[in-house]
Amino acid sequence: MSLQRVLQRPDVWRGSQSPATPTIASGLAALDALLPGGGWPANALTDVVLAREGIGELRLLLPALAHLSRGDRWIAFIAPPYIPYAPALAAAGVDLSRLLLVHPRGRTEHFWAIETSLRAGACAAVLGWVQDVAAAHLRRWQLAAEAGGALGVLFQRQNIPHSPAALRVQLAPADGTALALTILKRRGGWPVGPVRLEFDYAVAVPAAAGFSARDMQPRRAAG
Amino acid sequence: MRVNEAFVLMHRLRVRPREAAAEADALARLAAWCGRYTSCVSLLPPDALLLEVGGSIALYGGLDRLIEHVRGGLAELGYTACLAAAPTPLGAAWLARCGREARILDHAALVRALAELPLDCLGLEPKQEELLRGLGLATLIDCVRLPRDGIARRVGPHVLDLLDRAFGRKPDPRPAFVPPEHFRARLALPAPATMHDALLFPLRRLLFELAGFLLARGLGAMSLEIALHGARSPATRFTLRLATPSRDPRYLTSLVRERLERLLLAEPVEDVALEVTEFAPLGAQAGDLFAGFETPAERRAQLLERLQARLGREAVQGLATRADHRPEQAWRTVEPGASSQAPGNGRRPLWLLPEPMALEVRGGRPYWEGPLALEPDCERIESGWWDGAEARRDYFIARHPDGRRFWVFRDLRAPAQWFLHGLFG
Repeated sequence: MSLQRVLQRPDVWRGSQSPATPTIASGLAALDALLPGGGWPANALTDVVLAREGIGELRLLLPALAHLSRGDRWIAFIAPPYIPYAPALAAAGVDLSRLLLVHPRGRTEHFWAIETSLRAGACAAVLGWVQDVAAAHLRRWQLAAEAGGALGVLFQRQNIPHSPAALRVQLAPADGTALALTILKRRGGWPVGPVRLEFDYAVAVPAAAGFSARDMQPRRAAG
Repeated sequence: MRVNEAFVLMHRLRVRPREAAAEADALARLAAWCGRYTSCVSLLPPDALLLEVGGSIALYGGLDRLIEHVRGGLAELGYTACLAAAPTPLGAAWLARCGREARILDHAALVRALAELPLDCLGLEPKQEELLRGLGLATLIDCVRLPRDGIARRVGPHVLDLLDRAFGRKPDPRPAFVPPEHFRARLALPAPATMHDALLFPLRRLLFELAGFLLARGLGAMSLEIALHGARSPATRFTLRLATPSRDPRYLTSLVRERLERLLLAEPVEDVALEVTEFAPLGAQAGDLFAGFETPAERRAQLLERLQARLGREAVQGLATRADHRPEQAWRTVEPGASSQAPGNGRRPLWLLPEPMALEVRGGRPYWEGPLALEPDCERIESGWWDGAEARRDYFIARHPDGRRFWVFRDLRAPAQWFLHGLFG
């Protein structure tokens, strides 16, 4: 039997390949290279740890969200800290008709909404902004994300040790327009980082013709 | 057993009078529910329903499976029933009332089965029944064997008529039950309830009844109106609106459960009522034969309804762009799923503040949690003079010392005043 044929057997794995968990490309080659399977883990929970909003945390997910919004499931934003701004989302290619903005009142409803949305099988992605979450919640949500086939992303201030999330990344501003990303945990790999990711913090799609009264130059990725 | 004897056996017994009207109501609702099995259902008050199932046997893969299907459905509604099948309506009814769960398909077997039934099937006056017993008659076959004119003379010709119809010697057409146009049902609780679980149970029964009602008519409910009645205060009412028609009782139950969980009850509930007046056609593909099969659009609608049922309608929104130069007017919340007409704008932040926030100025520069450094480019927005919400602003991107980027503007009508309007998230 030739080596090629052995490698084609479904029960043979190559050590250099990550297990075949489905992923969603992040749209950033430098990041995809670090993520197991070459993208955000689909059907699983990703923890995003950041000190404050406004450093490009949403921008990082936009290419994946734009891609998922063209499918037939919702993209749910649960308890976002500010208003997700429709013109910027639309410019990045997000189909707004797939967006679900959820504003739960209390903590119980908040956590229920996250779990229900993850589990329903009706959401391609569930973005949740949470505080003071116990590992037990994360475990439930991880299972819900697996059951519902959803990309679950939780934005939180603290790094929760022993989080059962499939992927845990920490974000911090870097110089210029870059973002410093540290992989705290990934399946089938070691922690990495911080890695400097270059990208424009504005969406950087040319504005529609005749939009603004006094135009400024289209923004470019300045160093 | 007399009530007094019952009290001797069980002193904490609660005695309730039978409510004939409620029983008749329940029978009619069951008749509507049975419309799922056949288009020809008729009432046999006070306690029986007749279903003409000849045409449905093949659909369900045999009489036994059809009967077990009916029994399972009734059990989900909280009823137990004696189910008998026979070639004549009265034959089936008498067998069922006598507790014989017969499955009879041919005439000879019918005669054999009816032969041994007691006289009380006939529903005679006590005096007439006594008379027949005096003649030594005990079963129906005894009556049939007697000369016809003798029976007619002694107890009246209507008894002959009954026997002829039961034994299939005479046709016995039945008026078909016409289901009501709306679904309206009320159920008394066995004991006043304050817990949501205790309320969910009777509501679940009503929702299963509703499902049969809807299935029989090829409809789905568009809204559920639920009233919880207590002893004193006015009923607690709520309406659940559905984005797409549904008749899946489990799904509807889950919606009701979530709505109940955020309900505050003023007093214990004594009975629950369900009313459905808004319907929409729903094809057979959503019927119970294909339960669990949903299109992506149905799944999206179901999640939306679950979230809205529990969190409130206003807590779940969609987003759209709007053609307006003023940033705060360039978006709006919409019903989830609604599409946008206006194009996007790539030079906008991903986070917007609900209202522009006035900023301090320190050393001639805007300040928010630290001094903000403005980037050189500026975008001037002058718009809205026509509707009284005029905006004349110069927008800048400002960088906080910790690396965050904000969207700030200077109001041209008061140039010293700076505002924070968004964050580059």
